[in-house]
Amino acid sequence: MKKLQVLGSGCAKCKTLADLTAKAAVDLGLAYEIQKVTDLIEISQFGVMATPALAVDGEVKVVGRVPTLEEIKKMIS
Amino acid sequence: MAKIPNTKTLLGSKLGPSVAVVASFGVWGVVYYFLEPLSRWATGSIPGLGEWPRLRNAAAFFIYEAPKVLMLLVLIVFVVGVVRSFFSPQRTRRLLSGKKEATGNALASLLGVVTPFCSCSAVPLFIGFLTAGVPLGVTFSFLIAAPMVNEVALVLLFGLFGWKVAALYLGTGLGIAMLAGFVLGKLGLERQVEDWVWKIRAQEGSADEILPWNGRLRAGVAAVGEITGKVWPWVLLGIAVGAFIHGYVPENFLASLMGKSAWYSVPVAVLLGIPMYSNAAGIIPVVHALIEKGASLGTVLAFMMSVIALSLPELILLRKVLKPKLIGFFVGVVATGILLIGYLFNLVL
Repeated sequence: MKKLQVLGSGCAKCKTLADLTAKAAVDLGLAYEIQKVTDLIEISQFGVMATPALAVDGEVKVVGRVPTLEEIKKMIS
Repeated sequence: MAKIPNTKTLLGSKLGPSVAVVASFGVWGVVYYFLEPLSRWATGSIPGLGEWPRLRNAAAFFIYEAPKVLMLLVLIVFVVGVVRSFFSPQRTRRLLSGKKEATGNALASLLGVVTPFCSCSAVPLFIGFLTAGVPLGVTFSFLIAAPMVNEVALVLLFGLFGWKVAALYLGTGLGIAMLAGFVLGKLGLERQVEDWVWKIRAQEGSADEILPWNGRLRAGVAAVGEITGKVWPWVLLGIAVGAFIHGYVPENFLASLMGKSAWYSVPVAVLLGIPMYSNAAGIIPVVHALIEKGASLGTVLAFMMSVIALSLPELILLRKVLKPKLIGFFVGVVATGILLIGYLFNLVL
């Protein structure tokens, strides 16, 4: 079970990232759980200073931009 | 017969983005060069305008300024997008941690201009800086410079007023960020940061991404799509308001109200600017028209800086990490800085 966390306080880009991530996981046929982290304090604890960001199993993979679907697939597989 | 590559293979190939970018620069230059005669011709070809001199003036203003400003905007947003791909908040934080005051304040202000920043992530950034050992005053220098010295504002000032005013804006904006951060650092306000902030143990964060040149060019193109896509209606609206003032408000109408002789105009401008929140793109064409009608540069610049640098939504976000007293000091010091700049400009120019 992959734990996918999308970090961001609710901007449009965070939603795009969440949608893309879910799509990537479905495409890959992964067993996953997706969570949106919107609390600014929790986001800070990840050491993230620019949103949106994506963490896979607690490890931050990308910060401050929305990667492409292919990039996300590489990050989560 | 030579095969003409279509755009898709062009962008897909290794050299693709750079070729496309160079070609776009060429087209941009040609269009920009012919913009003035083109716009004059376009205004002249609207039938019946000759009988309405005021409407004609307004239309001429809009038809020339709108494409010019949008073109400058696209160019500068692209360049800044590429430059910013070299700087990340992580990298900036590494450069700033453990820096002494003064040097730290100066460096933080400069980095504030080139580091990608959105006021929506001001809080994580604030915490990230403090927990990594960046002094409070230095962190403030960054947080003031990042929104205040705005690339969109800079390009509009350059386009509408020339390089001197643009340089003054850049210089004074940096000056305020450095000084305000320095003063806030000297006041020893560490205890006015919410206590829990100091207890956060944050992860290191991810390593920097190293992008190839193609990726940087793409970042520039993405920035154009994103920023220009968001601000163009505001720019057009701003220019339309500017065009109206240009055509219909009498010369010197504002001189008594917003001119140099009205000493109260600067503080009023700063106070009015705090609750207002607009992006630089929309406000500068209005500013241009105001100045034309007799408002003084210092007053208008103070208003603009106050609108951009002190915004209510950002203050509300920062309240999560700062106690009210520190918010007060922050607004006070920055507002005082802007006030001084306003008076200085009115005095010198």
